[in-house]
Amino acid sequence: MSLHTFAVYVEDRPGVLNRVASLFRRRGFNIHSLAVGHSEIPGVSRMTAVVQTDPGGAQRIQAHLYKLVNVLRVEDITTRPAIVRDLALIKVTADQQTRTSLVQLAHVFNARIVDVAPESIVLEMSGSEAKIDGLLEVLRPYGVLEMVRTGRIAIARGSGAESTERPSGALEVDEGISYSV
Amino acid sequence: MKLTGAQILWESLVREGVTEVFGYPGGAILPAYDALLDYPIRHTLVRHEQGATHMADGYARATGGVGVAVATSGPGATNMVTGIATAMLDSSPIVCITGQVGSRLIGSDAFQEIDITGITLPITKHNYLVTRAEDVAKTVREAFVIAKAGRPGPVLIDITKDAQQASCIFDWDAAAPTIPGWRHAHPIGQEQLARAAALLNAAERPVILAGHGVMISGAMDPLRQLAERAHIPVAVTLLGIGGFPASHPLNLGMMGMHGEAWVNTAIQEADLLLACGMRFDDRVTGNLKTYAPHAKKIHIDIDAAEINKNVRVDAGLIGDLRDVLERLLPAIAVNERAAWAQRIAGVRGDAAVRDIQQLPDDGHLYAAHVINDLWRATTSDTIIVTDVGQHQMWEAQYYHHDAPRSLITSGGLGTMGFAVPAAIGAKRARPDAEVWAIVGDGGFQMTMCELATAVQERLAIKVAIINNGFLGMVRQWQEFFYERRYAATPLSGPDFVKLAESFGIHASAVSIRGEVLPAIADARAHDGPVVIDFRVEQEDTVYPMVPAGADLDAMIRRPNPIAETGAD
Repeated sequence: MSLHTFAVYVEDRPGVLNRVASLFRRRGFNIHSLAVGHSEIPGVSRMTAVVQTDPGGAQRIQAHLYKLVNVLRVEDITTRPAIVRDLALIKVTADQQTRTSLVQLAHVFNARIVDVAPESIVLEMSGSEAKIDGLLEVLRPYGVLEMVRTGRIAIARGSGAESTERPSGALEVDEGISYSV
Repeated sequence: MKLTGAQILWESLVREGVTEVFGYPGGAILPAYDALLDYPIRHTLVRHEQGATHMADGYARATGGVGVAVATSGPGATNMVTGIATAMLDSSPIVCITGQVGSRLIGSDAFQEIDITGITLPITKHNYLVTRAEDVAKTVREAFVIAKAGRPGPVLIDITKDAQQASCIFDWDAAAPTIPGWRHAHPIGQEQLARAAALLNAAERPVILAGHGVMISGAMDPLRQLAERAHIPVAVTLLGIGGFPASHPLNLGMMGMHGEAWVNTAIQEADLLLACGMRFDDRVTGNLKTYAPHAKKIHIDIDAAEINKNVRVDAGLIGDLRDVLERLLPAIAVNERAAWAQRIAGVRGDAAVRDIQQLPDDGHLYAAHVINDLWRATTSDTIIVTDVGQHQMWEAQYYHHDAPRSLITSGGLGTMGFAVPAAIGAKRARPDAEVWAIVGDGGFQMTMCELATAVQERLAIKVAIINNGFLGMVRQWQEFFYERRYAATPLSGPDFVKLAESFGIHASAVSIRGEVLPAIADARAHDGPVVIDFRVEQEDTVYPMVPAGADLDAMIRRPNPIAETGAD
């Protein structure tokens, strides 16, 4: 069992996120994180789903996802060279005494200070989950008031977006009968 | 041409070839019902919406076409849930149409408003909420394509009342389905086929496992050719019954929990399993860790998600079964496999006496005997629809099906109450066929209201109640695994003869063996629905039995090779 990362292209329609999330729940797969947003194609959203499973489970996840009518393309990018990022906004208690050291810490972690208030500051950091966890670790003694994270988003390295799994023209309207609906 | 959404609904269904629907009206679907009167579609009024879905399911399974069920919003829609799940688990193509409250009321907990697309999300292949008349035609077209394509299954269309009432231009061509998520199957490469053929040709003790996919794909001929050419015995799943003729010398019979000993023994001793359109359900494998330990496995299925799901296979061929078998056939070597045939014949001889007709009459009436008599009295094109429980297993053992689609039963979900409505649906689909529902006294009481439907619609279904005064299969489990503590399994019921007669149905009761065949002959001769109450031995047991999760060959065998049943 290890974490598998899937890039899932879906039609941007009401209820599609629910269908995908329901599938993972129904088949007993535990979602580690799920991030959704627009993709490069109008009308198509891209999800990054991170799931704890074994290689066989990862294959079945792909097959099950393809059975959802609104799912256009699935790529398991776990083993492919990829940029993986998580974004965090962290609000920390900060007064006159601690503010300077917090700014230094932010600098060390390549985090940005995006809000300064009399009794708190907000840090923004993007990076791997482990790096953000590291920042969080050193911030805790100061008092973390609030935190929000996007969960993992990922994109494969290199010029070709094509996965070997992708049948050509899969994103075009396809009138033929498919095995997988 | 300007039409209302309701008119577009029926117009689209007509163009999809629909002539029969099963349904129940109500507030939110009223505009559709009003428009129905103007279209050449016959509506069967059911007594409960669950019945409508089972009828649509029975209709679909009897013909291979798509069955259609209609209901109103709220409770009408939720009553469909069991039937939709039944169709989902057994890959049966049905389209369910439900009315929904007006689109402006959605989310307000309006009267009879329920989120039926949310509820049915995990038990449909796909579902739709339609809020505009403009979307009706396209949605219907897509729904039919999705229901039939690949691995078939149910699709639900929820249409708001205002979408039914509003008018728009109807343009069938412009409503052509566009399903961007569709993909063509990766064509199976020659090397994959060659690999599977090599495994098969090298096998000394192969067994074919034939499932529902044989019927769905229409693969009966290539399956038979392959089995005959390579002399491979064929074991069938419950839903695979009829996909390979029972009378064929290579037929082993049903596998799994209540399969005969030689079938499961053959699977356990096999050095190769060729799984055709079946999914290694726990009821057919028993303990997965010890399942077919010596066998290489080839799995042909149209659903990629089934490959390696329960059983790890050596070759997985994803595609239409008929197509794959036809491509595989030329590479299969002729092989007598005499030693394997001899071994299986030997195991067969060792099993309990199966010729139930030769058993002495001890004054008791046994369900297995009734079912075997029904088989003797009817022809191979008879459609038998069974409910769920002991009678279902006895039917699978003692009614020998030679024709595909001649057995309709709820396998995956195991839905009690399925038989009577599904038989009505099957009779609608094939009005000239003789249709029997075999049903226990428990399941019958779940949906017996549909007898009124059969009467009103003049559908001459024959109902054989296997009445043992128990929830028999549960009682059997209690007998084996719960020290005969019969919690909540003794079951009373009405006088079924009087009940049927009150519906205006010809009925009789049978409690001795000699009356079975005359009662069946009387039922067959009667031009209309018939109910026969077969009052059988109360504490009878289905043998053999593989306890749930046990090794497939660790069967509870018949206690006495002569006695078919538990008559001590």
